[in-house]
Amino acid sequence: MSLHLTDVTLTYPDGGSRLTALDGVSLDVPGGSLTAVVGPSGSGKSSLLAVAATLITPERGTVTVDGITTTGMTRAELAELRRRGIGIVFQQPSLLPSLTAAEQLQVMARIDGRSPAGARGRAMDLLDAVGLADLADRRPHQLSGGQRQRVNIARALMNDPTVLLVDEPTSALDHERGTAVVDLIARLTRRQATATVLVTHDRAHLTAADRIAEIRDGRLRIPAAAGQARAS
Amino acid sequence: MFVAWRDLKFAKGRFALMGTVIVLITLLVGLLSGLTAGLGRQNTSAITSLPADRIAFAAPGEGGEPSYADSTVTEEQWRSWARAPGVSGAEPLGITTAKATAGNRSAGVSAFGVRPGSALAPGGGRLGGDAVVLSATAAHDLGLTAGDAFVLAGRRVTVAAVSGDAFFSHTPVVWTGLGLWREITPSAGGADGPTATVIALRTTSATDVGAADRAAGTRTVSRDESLSAIGSYASENGSLQLMRGFLFAISALVVGAFFTVWTIQRSGDIAVLKALGASTATLLKDALGQAVVLLAAGTLIGTGCAAAVGALVSGMDVPFVLTPATVLVPAAVMIALGALGAALSVRRITSVDPLTALGSAR
Repeated sequence: MSLHLTDVTLTYPDGGSRLTALDGVSLDVPGGSLTAVVGPSGSGKSSLLAVAATLITPERGTVTVDGITTTGMTRAELAELRRRGIGIVFQQPSLLPSLTAAEQLQVMARIDGRSPAGARGRAMDLLDAVGLADLADRRPHQLSGGQRQRVNIARALMNDPTVLLVDEPTSALDHERGTAVVDLIARLTRRQATATVLVTHDRAHLTAADRIAEIRDGRLRIPAAAGQARAS
Repeated sequence: MFVAWRDLKFAKGRFALMGTVIVLITLLVGLLSGLTAGLGRQNTSAITSLPADRIAFAAPGEGGEPSYADSTVTEEQWRSWARAPGVSGAEPLGITTAKATAGNRSAGVSAFGVRPGSALAPGGGRLGGDAVVLSATAAHDLGLTAGDAFVLAGRRVTVAAVSGDAFFSHTPVVWTGLGLWREITPSAGGADGPTATVIALRTTSATDVGAADRAAGTRTVSRDESLSAIGSYASENGSLQLMRGFLFAISALVVGAFFTVWTIQRSGDIAVLKALGASTATLLKDALGQAVVLLAAGTLIGTGCAAAVGALVSGMDVPFVLTPATVLVPAAVMIALGALGAALSVRRITSVDPLTALGSAR
């Protein structure tokens, strides 16, 4: 279980020229580890996440998810890879307003062609893991911001992905709740053995990360050894 | 349908509003269909029940169309058709509008003159001389039964029988002998003068209609095509069908507009589902399924209401026909066109970019 980005370059049109969002980025994330990528706005964090999530195809370089290289895959194949191999935690919880907390997770089984009813047990286990088993039948508007973010995290893990991608999960939370959410992600990363990448502009909550990489102007700087963040 | 069902229950107000619009349009279409069929029957049933497959009219002038009001055929034309190869039956049929008076009651009727004892004559051999056969509505309106006498276009006649309930051009039919018909029809008469209005034909595959028409100087059309030669039917039916067509189009547009707005409102959710790996086909199936459920429920209720109202009014004097064709066909068309409108709307799901689910992604 791992995520590998190799020499990934991505540019966007910018008037008559092109703006480089990712410049030869390489990143290896082993299963069971949490890599935090920090950087200011516009540094390329979200582009990195979008490429890793197979939502954008880079001009150059390769993305490998659990040994599967995505180069040349069709949209349908990429969608299948996302639903089976990649969990995404969105910046905003982006929960579907008509579904209860449990159903937010069960819908993942539905889009994978499995019975949502049969996935109820797994959904309840994950909601229990994020401390929301008692609120399984509540809809998003009946949950707090932190609770919605925890449902968002549980949903990303529903199809047992090998890669977990987390986009600014603390942006709408206060410091205490932000730290609790990152700690939860780290705990689940180890429990589910996912290769987790968390992008954020805020270093304040990252004590639980195995390593912290820095991105600036599309270039990624990675510390030499894993476990550095926890050790420091 | 996992998300679609829950959306239907969650956004009850919006879907109930749209469902109500579908119910009302379906009710209107259902009532209009029944009324169109009812009015059509009051215009044409005397023709559609004739034991004939073609109707020969006097050939209209250059560029003209056959018309029951203008056609007059002679005995020679009738005999020409009767002799034509492959024709198994050719009967002259006279049609005129007349006033019938019985005591202090009077009614406008259509007098259908036929040869007594011919295939066109109702009531067996009871027609002839002053004996006429009334349709049920004519008998009811005039308060007559068999054996009673009344005045038809100034001639005293006797009711030989009451048979069927044929209508022509919104008036009940009185069947007379061809001789009596000629007497009460001002333009009919004389040795070489018009014998009847049209010739009702029974043809076979061996009939060369074109050649027979040329020989007789007539214009022959099928019995169903001849309905457009009834002036009141052509204009009335055309207007009602136009209204029905517009209602179907409005229905498709309203459903399409609703699902366009609904899909735009859901585009954020759709982007999230796509980012999570949902295939476009799955999302389209869900959205279309939701539209069909809404359409089917709305149409079912609307059709039920239309059938109930139709059953109520068809017992009165309102010309309303309540049959599977007037109830179920419009319902099926409503669902099909509504689903088409919805399909055109929800196809924008294909263009939703999952990348937009990542809040700050470019």
